[in-house]
Amino acid sequence: MVRSPGHVDSAVGVDELISDNENVRHQRRRAARRQRAQRPKQGFFRTLVQIIGELLITCGIILLLFVVWELWWTNIEANTAQQAAVSQFAQEFQGPVTPPAPAAPTDFGPPKVMDAPELPSTVFGIAYVPRFGENYSRPLVEGVGQAQLDTLGLGRYDSSTMPGGVGNFAVAGHRQTHGAVLDAIHTLVPGDKIYIQTKDGYYTYVFRNNQIVMPSRGDVLLPVPTQPDAKATERFLTMTSCNPRFGAEERIIAYSILESWQPASVGPPAAIAAQVAANQKGQ
Amino acid sequence: MYGWIFRHLPGPLWFRIITAVLFVVAAVFLLMQYAFPWLSQFNPLTDSTIGSGP
Repeated sequence: MVRSPGHVDSAVGVDELISDNENVRHQRRRAARRQRAQRPKQGFFRTLVQIIGELLITCGIILLLFVVWELWWTNIEANTAQQAAVSQFAQEFQGPVTPPAPAAPTDFGPPKVMDAPELPSTVFGIAYVPRFGENYSRPLVEGVGQAQLDTLGLGRYDSSTMPGGVGNFAVAGHRQTHGAVLDAIHTLVPGDKIYIQTKDGYYTYVFRNNQIVMPSRGDVLLPVPTQPDAKATERFLTMTSCNPRFGAEERIIAYSILESWQPASVGPPAAIAAQVAANQKGQ
Repeated sequence: MYGWIFRHLPGPLWFRIITAVLFVVAAVFLLMQYAFPWLSQFNPLTDSTIGSGP
């Protein structure tokens, strides 16, 4: 076969081109390096401004990251911790999870009131609020410090009574961030049920009204809320949270009153039976 | 500043990029795990208890 001269030429040409290319690339890289080395040294003032600028940008990014952490990540962390606390409490709970027959007696006498836990952060119960969602079940813990409210849900003011007690059973919870346990507190309407489960049984509170007050109004925690001279005869549940949402200039208070109770041995109220069972299964 | 740090990282370009990304990830982790929870106690917007105000 006779190769055409043109073919041979072009083959050589490609090889040369490739090697040339490499040479050119090497030369360019060397030139760039030389140029960088020769670049006049940046002035002191210019370097200073550049560093300050970079630090300011960094501060801005860190602040944005803090907002992301506060509004998003704390919820994920707190929800995980609270779910674990609910599951653990439900698994240690002794008693049937099927509701009693509708015809069964419903009067069990005065509610049994458990002793206050000795240690803060002890999970002593679960709160069910169907108005906040079918699956809403949040742990009740002892104490209203940051350690309790930020991770574990609804904290009990240790100056208040335990669930079912005569007087005021008062809890606090976050409106936003850290699980947002009381985010929907303003959606409660009179007659809504709030179920509290402790190791002794189930306490059914009925929501009556809410009130928006200044943060200094500690009297909403009194045995008869806001009435220092009254003698307590009723059993209140008071929930406090921030108001407005995403703010804390005021507090929103939700008052409920005990309607009935049933011991753990009888089973949960029908309205929350499915959720009680689901919690026990660890879902 | 960051340019200076990047130029002083050891290794070839790809290795320096990986190192830089690792530094950023470590910084974010430390902030989320330690700095922000500490900073959070000074944030008055999350206070939901009563009687603690002025």
